[in-house]
Amino acid sequence: MTTTGIRRANSEPGWLRYLLLTLALGFLFFFLALPLLAVFVEALAAGWPAYRDALSDPEARSAIGLTLLVALCVLPGNILFGIAAAWAIAKFDFRGKSLLITLIDLPFAVSPVVVGLVFLLIFGAQGIFGPWLAAHEIKIVFALPAIIIVTMFITFPFVARELIPLMQAQGKDEEEAAISLGASGWQMFRRVTLPNIKWGLLYGVILANARAMGEFGAVSVVSGHIRGETNTLPLHVEILYNEYNAVGAFAAASVLALLALVTLAAKSIVEWRIRRETQMLATSLTPERP
Amino acid sequence: MPSTRSHPARVLPGFSLSLGCALVYLSLLVLLPLSGLGFKASHLSFYEFWEMATGERALASYRITFGASLLAALINAVFGLIVAWVLVRYSFPGKRLIDALVDLPFALPTAVAGITLATLYSSNGWIGRYAESFGVKVAFTPLGIVVALTFIGLPFVVRTLQPVIEDIEPEVEEAAASLGASRLQTFVRVVFPGLFPALLTGFTLAFSRSIGEYGSVIFIAGNMPLISEITPLLIISKLEQYDVVGATALAVVMLLISFALLLAVNTLQWWAANRHHGNTRPSTGGKP
Amino acid sequence: MSIEIRSLGKRFGNFVALQDINLDIPGGELVALLGPSGCGKTTLLRIIAGMESADTGQVLFAGEEATHLHARERNVGFVFQHYALFRHMSVFENVAFGLRVKARKLRPVESEIRRRVDALLKLVQLDWLADRYPSQLSGGQRQRIALARALAVEPKVLLLDEPFGALDTKVRKELRRWLRRLHDEMHISSVFVTHDQEEALEVADRVVVMNHGRIEQIGSPDEVYSNPASPFVYQFLGNVNVFHSRLHGAWADVERSVPERATSSEAMAFVRPHDIEIEHRPVSGSLQATVQEVHAIGPLVRVELAHGSELIEVELTRDRAAALTLAKGQQVWLKPRQIKVFAAPSGSLEEGGSGI
Repeated sequence: MTTTGIRRANSEPGWLRYLLLTLALGFLFFFLALPLLAVFVEALAAGWPAYRDALSDPEARSAIGLTLLVALCVLPGNILFGIAAAWAIAKFDFRGKSLLITLIDLPFAVSPVVVGLVFLLIFGAQGIFGPWLAAHEIKIVFALPAIIIVTMFITFPFVARELIPLMQAQGKDEEEAAISLGASGWQMFRRVTLPNIKWGLLYGVILANARAMGEFGAVSVVSGHIRGETNTLPLHVEILYNEYNAVGAFAAASVLALLALVTLAAKSIVEWRIRRETQMLATSLTPERP
Repeated sequence: MPSTRSHPARVLPGFSLSLGCALVYLSLLVLLPLSGLGFKASHLSFYEFWEMATGERALASYRITFGASLLAALINAVFGLIVAWVLVRYSFPGKRLIDALVDLPFALPTAVAGITLATLYSSNGWIGRYAESFGVKVAFTPLGIVVALTFIGLPFVVRTLQPVIEDIEPEVEEAAASLGASRLQTFVRVVFPGLFPALLTGFTLAFSRSIGEYGSVIFIAGNMPLISEITPLLIISKLEQYDVVGATALAVVMLLISFALLLAVNTLQWWAANRHHGNTRPSTGGKP
Repeated sequence: MSIEIRSLGKRFGNFVALQDINLDIPGGELVALLGPSGCGKTTLLRIIAGMESADTGQVLFAGEEATHLHARERNVGFVFQHYALFRHMSVFENVAFGLRVKARKLRPVESEIRRRVDALLKLVQLDWLADRYPSQLSGGQRQRIALARALAVEPKVLLLDEPFGALDTKVRKELRRWLRRLHDEMHISSVFVTHDQEEALEVADRVVVMNHGRIEQIGSPDEVYSNPASPFVYQFLGNVNVFHSRLHGAWADVERSVPERATSSEAMAFVRPHDIEIEHRPVSGSLQATVQEVHAIGPLVRVELAHGSELIEVELTRDRAAALTLAKGQQVWLKPRQIKVFAAPSGSLEEGGSGI
């Protein structure tokens, strides 16, 4: 960082560099590092035993279990949709392609609360299918199915959005080569496409998983907050916090914060892999001497 | 003997299957439910709808939601530009760690962010304590909403700007410098215009996310009607009072705003990608 | 195996990519599809491979209808312009791919796969690279692996899309001689696409010159070079001077005796720079010109001359140039050794001067 000799044409004067660096790091410190630190400090404010007790509470355990279950139910569908949408969009030309891409982005733009409300209007007691569902004693709203459905809505773009640009960049040459060498559609997908997109796929799954486990607004509308039954971990955090049980709330929050940290770490590793693969792609297209 | 026929199967397999799967999934999960909202709202006369969507509490909630979102997005535009610039251009210890940390607001559940920020900025919190000694009250005021939304929107501007800053060719800045431009002139006239579309896109993304945000705001906002009540919270409280129709009216307004912002983001990105393409066509005509 | 193409047509939206293409490729020949970019040559190759479908017309393999056959069933070896090697597979696995994806009852046993892949890697002289990955290879090596991979399934036809396009000049030259030798050993019908006339003339048994989605000429390299069928072919294959009858009456009249051309008031004469003789005094049918520049380029001497406002290019051997002792501004007389006259098309060719 020290400037030796003459300053390069595309760098700022020293004082400005330090000012910018201080502003950037200060901003990140106050808005990212401090909150992250606070979660763990607050969680451990009453010491280890209290922390352990808060997490071994049956309601906390059931919330963790429910959160894992929801993620497990939501991800397979999203992976399937992501691959299907990316395959159609990246490898073929058709009318309405950009409209489809826009629609995939829709869940990012809609408020989670509105998402929850939408499903309440469909499946709720006064909803469109409400009377029919009640007559057949099928419970969707304020039960597990609604939690899964809203989480699917919220998280479905993640995989597709990672895969579309990746598959577009890879082009269709390799797949065409596989077909011309006699591969069937499935063989082409399993041996050529899937290995090429596996890191992008994983990246999308990591992001979708983080969101699925952490979703609050939409789930809050449709879950009904039934303790031990329809309380996911984020809802559990809210309830404890509102009961002024700070240690319990932050203990549960610390589990989610750990999940976030694992997500960030996994994301960085996968990003590094993707970067390497794209570099391989770039070098495989540039001519060189033997 | 020319053979005229419909197109044969495309070389790569699975077009109908994959597009079909995607459309079915999208329709069942997104389009049908959203049209359900429209269906429900269509039971209202326009007058009723207007009445509910523009009640005093609703209007106040729009003002707070938009005002705080706009302010937070502006803060993020300024600091996001600085952070992105520093992360791309400068090297300092721990840079990779900090770079990874920028995505924390994407990864951290909003409820966790909400209770943490509320604790930090409350009158005996780590930050709130000092802020209050200067007479600034953050938690349980509209200012608290701005803080929460700044946290939520932080990655958008940084992440949209980073690749664009990386792509700036150093030659361009060197050329500007060699033509006698000062560093400030180079930035203002050469670098910034190139970054502007991405900055605007990041700003709009952060803004659009903030409008709908719920989890991180409710803990720090205080949620006083007319003062610090955001629209998503108003929807929830209407639901809790079994006023489904009122909630629907507000939801329709929010949904329309979401569509408008989505359209804006797409237009911005299209503009950013194409704005310099119109005039690069070689103008030397004449010769065939 | 022979390939026949019958009145093939293809459009992309409003763009006519191919129009009424008829082409017979006898078994065992090495054929070049030559033309500028956008002339439809790659589209034609991809239709033969089954990667693209034609709107009209037929493709026949060994006399049998293959138009509707899926790419998978055509038994065609295709070498992609950018090689399209499977980047997560080793070189060995890349070459083995076509054998491994065969239906179980047709699939060779592992030891046989191994033997055949090793043999192919030896054939392309890269057996020492079997464990590498595509990203670790140079362009020329990738090209040869792509070829080995295409040959592994024992295709009846080998199709190559701009096989040397992404390589630098030196590697290109080595590789195209190597491809020629390989073809002579294997004797498999091969078609390759190129925009480089030198490449087409050097490597191919026959050259198909294409422009604007049509075939301009089919012939041996010598035929298309020395006896071009159209002004386009003349200009595309090597340098050429173009003369217009109204400007260069003397020269354009050279073949006026040919009846059909005599009726055309606007004729164009094409003369290659090395087919012009420079004389110090007028001879019959010669054109007066002024020497503008004299450049020695390797074994040749290039002389630029002006006739009125037109520029004429002449190439001489060093010996001949030495004998002539040309100086700037000197008046000389030009006489063509070989000249070809075409009726002037309505403005589709650039006027005057030399072509490519």
